[in-house]
Amino acid sequence: MSGVIGTSVKRREDAALLIGKGKYCDDFTLPNMTHAVIVRSPYGHARINSVLTTEAAEHPGVIAVFTGRDVVNSDIGGVVPTGWLLPGIKTPEHPILATDTVRYAGDGVAVVVAEDRYIARDAAELVEVDYEPLDAVTDVLAAVADGAPQLFEEAPGNISFDWDLGDAEATAAAFDRAAHTVEVDLRNNRLIPHAVEPRGCLASFDDTSGELTLYVTTQNPHLHRLLMSLASLNLPEHKMRIIAPEVGGGFGSKIHHYPDEAIASFCSMQIGRPVKWIATRSETNLTDAHGRDHASHAEIALDAQGKILGLRVKTHAAMGAYLSTFAPAVPTYLYGTLLSGQYDIPAIHVQTLGVFTNTSPVDAYRGAGRPEATFVVERLIDMAADATGLSVVEIRRRNFVSKDDFPYQTAVALAYDSGNYDGAMDRALELSGYEALRAEQKRRREAGDTKLMGIGISSFIEACGLAPSQVVGALGAQAGLYESGKVRVHPTGSVTVYTGSSAHGQGHETTFAQVVADRLSIDVDQVEVVHGDTGEVPFGMGTYGSRSAAVGGSAISTALDKVIAKSRKIAAHMLEASEDDVVFEDNAFHVRGVPSKSQGWGDVVLAAYLAHNLPEGLEPGLEETSFYNPENFTYPFGTHICVVEIDSETGAVELQRYVAVDDVGNVINPMIVDGQVHGGLAQGIGQALWEHAVYSDDGQLLSGTLLDYAVPRAHNLPFFETDRTVTPCPHNPLGVKGVGEAGSIASPATVTNAVVDALSPYGVKHMDMPLTPEKIWRAIHRNGG
Amino acid sequence: MFPANFEYFRAASVEEAVALLHRHKDAKVLAGGHSLLPIMKLRLAEPAALIDIGHIHILKGISHHRNGIRIGALTTHATIARSEVLQRECSLLSDAAAHIGDPQVRNKGTIGGNIAHADPASDLPAVLLALGARIQMAGPAGDRTVAASDFFTDLLETELREDEVLTAVDVPAIAESAGASYLKFEHPASGYAICGAAAVVDMDGGSCRSASLAFNGVTAIPHHAVAVGDALAGSDISDEAIAAAIEANLRIEEPLGDIQASGEYRVELAKVYGRRALQQARDRARS
Amino acid sequence: MGQQVRIEVNGTTHEREVDPRTLLVHFLREDLALTGTNVGCETSLCGACTVLIDGEAVKSCTQLAVQADGTSVTTIEGLAQDGELHPLQTAFHEEHGLQCGFCTPGMILTAVDLLNDNPTPSADEIRQGLKGNICRCTGYHNIIKAVQRAAEGGAS
Repeated sequence: MSGVIGTSVKRREDAALLIGKGKYCDDFTLPNMTHAVIVRSPYGHARINSVLTTEAAEHPGVIAVFTGRDVVNSDIGGVVPTGWLLPGIKTPEHPILATDTVRYAGDGVAVVVAEDRYIARDAAELVEVDYEPLDAVTDVLAAVADGAPQLFEEAPGNISFDWDLGDAEATAAAFDRAAHTVEVDLRNNRLIPHAVEPRGCLASFDDTSGELTLYVTTQNPHLHRLLMSLASLNLPEHKMRIIAPEVGGGFGSKIHHYPDEAIASFCSMQIGRPVKWIATRSETNLTDAHGRDHASHAEIALDAQGKILGLRVKTHAAMGAYLSTFAPAVPTYLYGTLLSGQYDIPAIHVQTLGVFTNTSPVDAYRGAGRPEATFVVERLIDMAADATGLSVVEIRRRNFVSKDDFPYQTAVALAYDSGNYDGAMDRALELSGYEALRAEQKRRREAGDTKLMGIGISSFIEACGLAPSQVVGALGAQAGLYESGKVRVHPTGSVTVYTGSSAHGQGHETTFAQVVADRLSIDVDQVEVVHGDTGEVPFGMGTYGSRSAAVGGSAISTALDKVIAKSRKIAAHMLEASEDDVVFEDNAFHVRGVPSKSQGWGDVVLAAYLAHNLPEGLEPGLEETSFYNPENFTYPFGTHICVVEIDSETGAVELQRYVAVDDVGNVINPMIVDGQVHGGLAQGIGQALWEHAVYSDDGQLLSGTLLDYAVPRAHNLPFFETDRTVTPCPHNPLGVKGVGEAGSIASPATVTNAVVDALSPYGVKHMDMPLTPEKIWRAIHRNGG
Repeated sequence: MFPANFEYFRAASVEEAVALLHRHKDAKVLAGGHSLLPIMKLRLAEPAALIDIGHIHILKGISHHRNGIRIGALTTHATIARSEVLQRECSLLSDAAAHIGDPQVRNKGTIGGNIAHADPASDLPAVLLALGARIQMAGPAGDRTVAASDFFTDLLETELREDEVLTAVDVPAIAESAGASYLKFEHPASGYAICGAAAVVDMDGGSCRSASLAFNGVTAIPHHAVAVGDALAGSDISDEAIAAAIEANLRIEEPLGDIQASGEYRVELAKVYGRRALQQARDRARS
Repeated sequence: MGQQVRIEVNGTTHEREVDPRTLLVHFLREDLALTGTNVGCETSLCGACTVLIDGEAVKSCTQLAVQADGTSVTTIEGLAQDGELHPLQTAFHEEHGLQCGFCTPGMILTAVDLLNDNPTPSADEIRQGLKGNICRCTGYHNIIKAVQRAAEGGAS
């Protein structure tokens, strides 16, 4: 139906999920299936002297035990690759099973395949690995210090890359002439993604046909196939079918190609039976690519009026023990390029060092680089407000890129397409009742309230819809970042859409059906959306970086253009009119100016398939594919405001209100968009207040289970107050920008700014996340010590 | 996620459970399983045998008993939290039980399993100390009783011998003239207590007849701050008196510390939560 | 050594021999092929595996199948009656209370028990009642609204 875009159509995905019929990876059972358990290093860094598997292999019910040596001696590639290269980058090999050295607690050493999981787990304990522990280093700054333990000979000083962007000289000059400068050393805390479904896979190799079928918890099955074909397995792509069934959340952690799916595939190829591997929670926490983990020194320069002259940042970004799939892109092109925020900053320079540490690899996690950039910029802006005496609202307003200045070229490579930053902030101020909040705060402070009220604001920008292939190619990506969409119109007029964007909770099946229904003026129920299967979908780059609607949706839209163009030809032929005079409206083709002449959509589609009377040279059928290659990123933005209350005696923080005004361009399904904002907020608030992946100096993950790693729960959060402004994206056909990450990008800075605001009477200027009660208590009672 | 193998025995009576425990070395008692199974799934515990006492119905339930109320070892936290008898006569215990874990855990976890496991961050141990509870145990040599203050001997260790079954907990009814409070500073991940404070204050008109204060989560065994209670007895138990009694008499040695909260901080939390719990108990006694 | 159990699941009685160490969740998922009950952690903290045992919400990963002998278990597959969704299932759909859906079975069954105990909970009581269930997608906002909606419709 036309007009269905912009309405909250209820999700069709829910029907199966609500009754327990959604099939996730672990829900599949194949005949003759076996179970794998991977033996993992308990050490952060160690030499492997020997791996003895005899006892495990002889354990009743065990089918096979393989080690890294077995992989090396096979004809598979046996390594997982890095998908993004930078100038001068060191990319040490990452074997799927270690052979001589383990570099983080969780590194795979051997795999046991057995008839059931209990037996496999029993036998895994019987694999005897003789480790010689080596000194480990887990802190990103400690890793670059003199004398630090070294992970790889080919990466001296544990440096994988040293990258910079912007004009160093112009930035230095800006600082030279500044009236005010502010600097801060800050950490962006390491996070564990915690999709509630742990990673897993089910590999089935048919040794007759030489074909591998792999069910895997992935956000991008085609990318997995590509990387596995090129590097880890060396199977040709046409002999691999990768299926992403229902995927129980990803948040970035299921983008990456991990050793585990290659190990399971290898086992299946060796034993000729299906092999299932499902991580336990502690195992997935130990081995999922973690997020963030930056140490930055950041400075801002302003003139006497509080106008920003320059920004300078040096960041050490932990890469973990190996370079994960997109790892090098995250603290560089998804971070350095965002350091202009919503502000007109004439000179910026950023240097990022990618650093190996004896920890799980670090890669994209919801927001990926942009929350880190927002945190740097929005903390500096608040500190600059303090230094210049301007209010936190006024300093932002004074420096926003004006809505008349788009497109706006930043000093760090990006060209913002559209925006109205004042508009979003004004709405957030209004919605939160900001002036009244400040008045209440003043009153309570004067009354000596022991409950400290804090108000935080954060105005954020993100670059979404990853993005123009030629650009990302020039920037180091080893893949294009377009998306495919195939529209198959069936003879009776219903439609099946095949999208390369692979959903795992985002509601593509509903949203994309709305796009089709709207364009063809058919009922939403006449549209089926297929995704997540390389055997069905032409090609795809997957779902991450808030790209699905902007890139995947646009691909469907451009495929629909082709469908309509072809059907218009047929309709014109049937109507004996010139194609130029035929318009498609309300599910029918009309001859312009001749109201009596029209041809219904169904008749035209049927004619395409009957092919009894088609225009000369036109092929029968009605099916079109588009590979949509965006011309730019999209740039969602917004302003968020929150209110916290701190118990000054204990340091406990209560988040009382959270107001989020986002501008994500046009909105296809408001209900789904709001849901995406809510989820992102919870994760960002979690980062600010509770979440922290902590390693001991010798490489043990101290927060490896939910007993120690605090994921936000229902009682920790308030209802969110959300609203939107709408500034359409000018360069994609749907005018959409993307929403998946917005909440997680804005909220860490919003909450931190609120807590620092609450503590400002105690002289607190900055505090690193997570803002634990003890840290706050120390700031109040122990002068930060 | 996958426990190691064990021999499984289902006991039909306490006597049978004791006999099975006596016969099988390295056996563990299985009640609700909510303390034991998680560590078995992580293979931090691999007992050779489990003696399932879950079907011994005599161990379930709450009843009046001479000098107080008897709570069978198999009584779940949910039952305790909802018990009208306890809410009326020993609300400290029902309040604390309502703080344990989450609804699902409370539906299965039992008081016996909880205290036999002796997790220092659990919610019940301090409450039992503050109340002066007594723990009932059955063993090959017969039944015996120990005071809660003697029951917890070290981190995850108790007076309970390997061949004994914890059968019941006896708590006194709280006097009509008294009030009680359990306040908890919760670990954001596990939900256990970083600091839990249990207080009972008995009032005699405007003065405090007796006060009892104990803490979970701060030390390896629950800490009974006897000196604080003694200092308050006979006082007007004003906010100032409470603050002074804690400042002068709360002495916590060797506090626990982890990545979430250091020992120093836990001790400070104990001061704040101890004060607040005493204040609330006092106010409830007056009302 | 196998142990004989008799467990009623969604109205059907199953008599099986199980290995004593088999967790109830594995018995449901693997012996009975009821895969709607999910496993999200091993420390009883995520709630994805929640089922009803004799009407009470229980984490089926912290329960041996042998412990459930003689009980009646309801899984998400057994919640709808005669093809009619339970009001909580409907409310989760209407309020967009699920995204990836992995936590949803446990979340809904916990909410069933919650509304049985307290048919008119406040938002805070719902939040406390669901503290044993992690959802990483929704920020809980729409889950709380769904439970409120079901309560208003008299779902208990």
